[in-house]
Amino acid sequence: MVGHLLVRPLYFLQIMESIITAQHTFKASKGRLINPGDLIFKNLTRFFAALILVLVVLMAYEMIRTSALSWNKFGFNFFIRSVWDPVQDEYGALPFIYGTLVSSLLSIVIAVPLSLGIAVFLTEVAPRWLERPVSFFVEMLAGIPSIVYGVWGFFVMVPWLRSTVEPFISKHLGFIPLFRGAPYGVGMLAAGIILSIMILPIIASISRDVLKAVPRSQTEAALALGSTRWQATRIALAYSRSGIFGAVILGLGRAIGETMAVTMVIGNRPTISASLFEPGYTMASVLANEFTEATSEMYISALVEIALTLFIITIIINSFARLLMWSVTSNERAQKA
Amino acid sequence: MDNYRFHFRKFTSLFMFTLCGVSVLIALVPLVLIFYRTVAFGFSAINWDFFTQMPKPVGESGGGLANAIVGTMILVGLGSCMSLPVGIMAGIYLAEYGDNWFGQSVRFLTDVLNGIPSIVTGVVAYTVVVLPMKHFSAYAGGVALGILMIPTITRTTEEILRTVPHSLREAALALGIPRWKTSLQIVLRTAMSGVVTGILLAVARAAGETAPLLFTALNNRFWNTSMNQPMASLTVFIYNYAVSPFDDWIAQAWAGTFVLMTLILLLSLTVRLATRNKFAGNLL
Amino acid sequence: MRDYPGTRQTLIDIDTIPEKGKGVPVDHNKIVAENVSAFFGKVQAIRDIQISIPENSIVAIIGPSGCGKSTFLRSINRMHELVHGTRITGKILLDGEDVYSIDPVLIRKKIGMVFQKPNPFPTMSIFDNVAAGLRMGGTHDRKNIAEIVERSLQQAALWNEVKDSLSKSGVGLSGGQQQRLCIARALAVNPEVILMDEPASALDPIATAKIEELLFELKKRYTIVIVTHNMQQAARVSDYTAFFYMGELIEYDVTKKIFTAPSMKQTEDYVTGRFG
Repeated sequence: MVGHLLVRPLYFLQIMESIITAQHTFKASKGRLINPGDLIFKNLTRFFAALILVLVVLMAYEMIRTSALSWNKFGFNFFIRSVWDPVQDEYGALPFIYGTLVSSLLSIVIAVPLSLGIAVFLTEVAPRWLERPVSFFVEMLAGIPSIVYGVWGFFVMVPWLRSTVEPFISKHLGFIPLFRGAPYGVGMLAAGIILSIMILPIIASISRDVLKAVPRSQTEAALALGSTRWQATRIALAYSRSGIFGAVILGLGRAIGETMAVTMVIGNRPTISASLFEPGYTMASVLANEFTEATSEMYISALVEIALTLFIITIIINSFARLLMWSVTSNERAQKA
Repeated sequence: MDNYRFHFRKFTSLFMFTLCGVSVLIALVPLVLIFYRTVAFGFSAINWDFFTQMPKPVGESGGGLANAIVGTMILVGLGSCMSLPVGIMAGIYLAEYGDNWFGQSVRFLTDVLNGIPSIVTGVVAYTVVVLPMKHFSAYAGGVALGILMIPTITRTTEEILRTVPHSLREAALALGIPRWKTSLQIVLRTAMSGVVTGILLAVARAAGETAPLLFTALNNRFWNTSMNQPMASLTVFIYNYAVSPFDDWIAQAWAGTFVLMTLILLLSLTVRLATRNKFAGNLL
Repeated sequence: MRDYPGTRQTLIDIDTIPEKGKGVPVDHNKIVAENVSAFFGKVQAIRDIQISIPENSIVAIIGPSGCGKSTFLRSINRMHELVHGTRITGKILLDGEDVYSIDPVLIRKKIGMVFQKPNPFPTMSIFDNVAAGLRMGGTHDRKNIAEIVERSLQQAALWNEVKDSLSKSGVGLSGGQQQRLCIARALAVNPEVILMDEPASALDPIATAKIEELLFELKKRYTIVIVTHNMQQAARVSDYTAFFYMGELIEYDVTKKIFTAPSMKQTEDYVTGRFG
């Protein structure tokens, strides 16, 4: 085969041709005639594509403009102060940032092992007839609206946490500060659990796709060395680690911005507490709760600054995750070629 | 000794795969519970009045959420008017001409836009529409939903168009059909069911959104079809009723949840069937 | 190497037979290629191809995989340039007029193409498939379209098999029928030349035989250029045969001569099966 390639360089060409034609690119070479209808149509679609760029820039601009008032007054202190006093027009976002971070990290801690378990189940364990329904159910979890999770969490999960789970944990693990305090039901723990259910399908389905893309030769090599199927699976997991990491980051991004479900179960109290049982507040839920009441210009400006912060954080997180996953897929393409 | 290690390794393997199966079961628990509760609480609270009557004042029992159901339709309709042209045209651009740096950056930003929290789009709609107009309105809600729908429609349109075999484009071009007609009448037409699927997904997602409506369309206890006024929506009503102290409001919140879930389930089943048909038809 | 359309050579006599194609008697050359080279990025796929294709004849292009025969075919109706990063130099004349100075849409109406794998439009019925080129080319007269569709299907020897199921999807037909449908679709636009890129390679022997039979009929009205892998097929159907190797035209002559007394060593090696 290699000799073939050396002797007949045009063999390479055919491979090239098949790769190039596989991508649906049509491009008239420079200086060639182009149909006027084509020119109009191409530029029309390009205009709409450009609108998306404009939209993102406009979103950022609008929020920067509206939050300028708050930024000018509080500066960077906005992010490290924990006072939130609409009467005195004094604002600091620290409790919300803290609540957002803790609840989303907690959800990641819960969701990642479960999602990876599901992904491995779907790729390595499940027979074909089981694969489709399980995928379908996992996708259904992703389709349920946030408000439904909120209603369910509020009426079903929170009472259960209050009456059963939290007393049980604090009885046995109460010496850890994380689990100290009165069992309210509502609080960080509830938020973390509900968020973990919501981000689980994202992480699970992307990890499944990434695992499926692992070349068979990798796992087969391991099996041929006499490893068990689990050991082979671990090799597949290691092989696809950056893709899985990207999936987790995407899940984190979703958890950070999730609003309704969290608002209904986190207790909405702007305090910073070590205990997971204590109520908290997130950036998204303070927006949901207080925007309609915001009357003073400074109040609105402070809230928009929180929204802008969320916007920037999620943009960074999503860009990072996308770049990570794009590099994974382009690697795959390179290897396949 | 070797024998012992062999059995240990086999046991570990079995144990870990069992754990994987268990995690599937754990994930199914909330799904089953949510469905069970929604049906158990929601179905009993649902009746004809729910769809046809207006909300009753506090203290009076009965009534329905007719205005909220219509409101959701109007808001999603407004969002679609805004997002469909942008999403479909941008999707066509990305699929047919988008293999350059500009296409790459649009694709990238569309993915990023997809990850921006819905509440943030609500804030943007607030600053762009509500603040200048000085009052809440259906327009603002429509803008917020429209922004949310754009990335879903764009990316599904692109991906579906890319599944159309290259040979069909070539066949059309070789007949002397101009490229833009090929894109619209061959490629888009072949992929139509998939594109509709993408739109349905976006509509389902928008219909279930609450956060971006809270301070744009706000809510309205009265019948209203004026776009310039605050407008009720099913989801905001569910939220307000669920956190209220009144039992019959809470019951109506469950009923609303039931309606929403039924809608979502129907849409996702339709999507499933549609995509299955698509693959059957596109075996070329 | 000249980059089209930077410089234009003076027109050569279209009836001049290129050096490598000596021995071909010619009334009128439908297509003349002059120094055609095609590139994928920096890789050169075909090099300085000189060939004249006489009207109402079948010219077969043979050669091993990757020899550039498909690329050359796709340069004739300007399909080659649709692939990103491709480039063509030289001239291809259709009735003396350079195809690269005309709108590609017009060129592709005059030069139809049939592909390796049958590719009917899946969302369209058999009738609509054949009518697709007409309708999208701006013909909307229903009666006219119906006539052309019937005539094209008859020319493609498919009419009798599908006349009762014209409204059914074209995807439901057998592979051979689908390929004849694609031929009918190409004929409906009323082309002058038909390019065929291994039209029978995905078909069974019976369907292949039908397509070959069809070629003899079509020859009366059209000029046909067919790329094929199958030397027997080339020998059976074509009047002239061109042998491509490593992107170059090695030999071009009447088919019988190519297969019985080729003048080049490589041609002989190839047609006798010594390589390729």
